[in-house]
Amino acid sequence: MKKVIMGNHALSWGAQLSRAQVIAAYPITPQTQVVELLSEMCASGELKAKFIKVESEHSAMAACIAASLAGARTFTATSAQGLTLMHELLHWASGGRLPVVMGNINRAMAPGWSIWTDQNDSLSQRDTGWIQFYCASNQEVLDTVIQAFRVSEALLIPSMVILDAFALSHTYEVVDIPDQDKVDSYLPAFNPPVRLTPADPHAFGGLTSPEHYFELRYKLQKDMEKVPQLIEETGREYERLFGRYLGQVEDYRCDDAELIFVSSGTAGYTARVAVDELREAGIKAGNLRVKVFRPFPFDKVRQILGRAKKVAVVDRNISYGHHGIFYQEVKSALYGRANGATVLGFVTGLGGRDMTPEAFKEIAEVALARDRAEEDILWIGVKR
Amino acid sequence: MNQKQSKKTEKIIFESEKDVPLMPMSLGSMRFNKTGAWRNIRPEINLAECIQCGICWKFCPDVAIAIKNEFPAVNYDYCKGCGICSEECPTKCIAMVEERK
Repeated sequence: MKKVIMGNHALSWGAQLSRAQVIAAYPITPQTQVVELLSEMCASGELKAKFIKVESEHSAMAACIAASLAGARTFTATSAQGLTLMHELLHWASGGRLPVVMGNINRAMAPGWSIWTDQNDSLSQRDTGWIQFYCASNQEVLDTVIQAFRVSEALLIPSMVILDAFALSHTYEVVDIPDQDKVDSYLPAFNPPVRLTPADPHAFGGLTSPEHYFELRYKLQKDMEKVPQLIEETGREYERLFGRYLGQVEDYRCDDAELIFVSSGTAGYTARVAVDELREAGIKAGNLRVKVFRPFPFDKVRQILGRAKKVAVVDRNISYGHHGIFYQEVKSALYGRANGATVLGFVTGLGGRDMTPEAFKEIAEVALARDRAEEDILWIGVKR
Repeated sequence: MNQKQSKKTEKIIFESEKDVPLMPMSLGSMRFNKTGAWRNIRPEINLAECIQCGICWKFCPDVAIAIKNEFPAVNYDYCKGCGICSEECPTKCIAMVEERK
């Protein structure tokens, strides 16, 4: 069944098709419609889930953690200030190995107060032990929620499914809503190895001495390292069932490209328009859209960027005192590799400033004129 | 599970990461970590004046008061001496007495 739906509703549909059993969320612009539709789905009985109203995002995640520990498939959604208020609990979910799936709408952090998109909210949660998916279309949002539950529950690591404020959250697109039966065959019921139950009482999250804490973290990382292969396998399986492959990256016209953009989110689609126009002008451009940021897809990135002479990493985020955050990751992925490309870091589009094909063409122009990486950030579109 | 337990401390020690549970779960730390050692003042219940209301048992935030033979009994291995039982006791029969160490 095809429907024209907004990005936020694609998250809600993804949660319903995944048969989420507990939803605890607090509304925040630009995420509100995710929760509105889920509450309607719960009220009408279409979605047999317990909807828990809470007084803050911190409590929303706390409720999700408890529900997940009790063995329920659990979903929530938030954005920016809400996500950062959850920060402490994000560690509780991953450290407790609870496969909560959360939608996050990328919104710039205040102050100045903003509701428009950039990635600093979710990228600030980089080291919390969550898998992070950055989506570029409403279809991808819906599909990725279902895949995220599959991957998260297999490895007991929580996932964030991330989309741009307004550019995707409030944009209506045609979305193929998969059949429930097929989704059920792809995503079996959540059956955790241990759960909170009076039948087998345990103390969870208690004092852990230096004797064992280190091993808990070692095991989380070792399971995180299994995520890339599982995304590939479950992405191929999804393709067999639904005709859409869900991978870690999307490479566009990279095979013979001399200049490759590295982009993420909706800008990853805008970049493709720029690539086509640059190729018409005789410049061999390509685009690598990084969909999974954690764990970082080192193999894919190395494989695809290894062919390019020049790489322009386009960041809609910044790590103050360093650089764009994807730029840091790409550089670390390519460090020490033979035939290393010149990797340049661009920062643009902060606080929802538009990222247009023209901006990408300007990036190409700057990149083509430089022969070595710069320490300085290459700013695009700042008024100065 | 390859789990070594010393009788003296009852401390659980896993020899390999493979034996450590995936999540911090039932690591048994409270079996050897006797938090009663933190206490500076101790509750002493005058059972002659106790009316067996159970309020001290209910209010103890550390579950360190049990009901034994229908009367409250403090578990000094875990009581941290917060004094909530003494404050809440309707007959004021729980005195907080300085610890002598």
